[in-house]
Amino acid sequence: MGFAVIVFPGSNCDHDCFHAICNLLEKPVRYIWHGDTSIEKNEIVIIPGGFSYGDYLRAGAIAKTSPIMKSIKKHANEGRPVIGICNGFQILAESDLLPGTLIRNSSLKFICKNIWIRCESSHSIFTNKMKNKEVLKMPIAHGEGNFFCKKNILEDLEYNQQIIFRYSDSSGSIVKSANPNGSLKNIAGISNKEGNVLGLMPHPERACESILGGKDGLKIFSSALSYSTS
Amino acid sequence: MRKARIHITYKNGVLDPEGQTVMQSLSSLGFQGIEDVRIGKFIEIDISSVDNSKKIAEDIKRMCEELLVNLVIENYEIELD
Repeated sequence: MGFAVIVFPGSNCDHDCFHAICNLLEKPVRYIWHGDTSIEKNEIVIIPGGFSYGDYLRAGAIAKTSPIMKSIKKHANEGRPVIGICNGFQILAESDLLPGTLIRNSSLKFICKNIWIRCESSHSIFTNKMKNKEVLKMPIAHGEGNFFCKKNILEDLEYNQQIIFRYSDSSGSIVKSANPNGSLKNIAGISNKEGNVLGLMPHPERACESILGGKDGLKIFSSALSYSTS
Repeated sequence: MRKARIHITYKNGVLDPEGQTVMQSLSSLGFQGIEDVRIGKFIEIDISSVDNSKKIAEDIKRMCEELLVNLVIENYEIELD
């Protein structure tokens, strides 16, 4: 049981993810180049952040045509865990593994800072090591993280409890002032209907050790691991 | 050689912060009466194909829907020479 970090041309958080899993979570992890196609059945897939293919056309649009994506779709459709972080979230949305899309931040600015997110339920694959409504601190670093979808899709997301994380203040209140990028309903992370594919804009891999300001990010990886080994 | 020209624009109701910012800049340059600015993409594709126009048009439509356009937020129009 281990993790696989997918590497696209332009990925730049792949080493951070590897470090977090290998040295801090202390679990097996390997890289998979985007041109490869083999994923082990018991692996938890991480699509890291960065600028795959230089964000040409649209963020994540070119990456969805890479050979590894067919294998990731199969992995996901078999109910196995897939986590897309930042550009990884954009790739999952472009690949139709997650609904909606990420558009330009409402401020038009690239935002790089620590924010708070609230875990909406501790029953998901990716939050089972958290308390219900637990508030986590981790950084965001994106120019296009403004989650958008049609009204009926948003209703489905709420009805099916697919909204996994929302931007909140430090006390867990979901308020407009805590929304850094204009995302609908303060959405920071969603899952697919089955719950095994997670996309989130914040960077848990950058919040896994005290020297970086906190360890809240580890809880997402350890939750996925706990689910996979149970 | 055939040429396809594809115009991609945001759907109505989708926030276009770039367009809004350009609109403000045009206003600050003194241009008056600008109601809205929407920014999109323009793609030209040259095709050497012996296929008939119907087949080429179908292929271009598939290119749009499978890669070039994000149907959640964008509309597209195709011109085929």
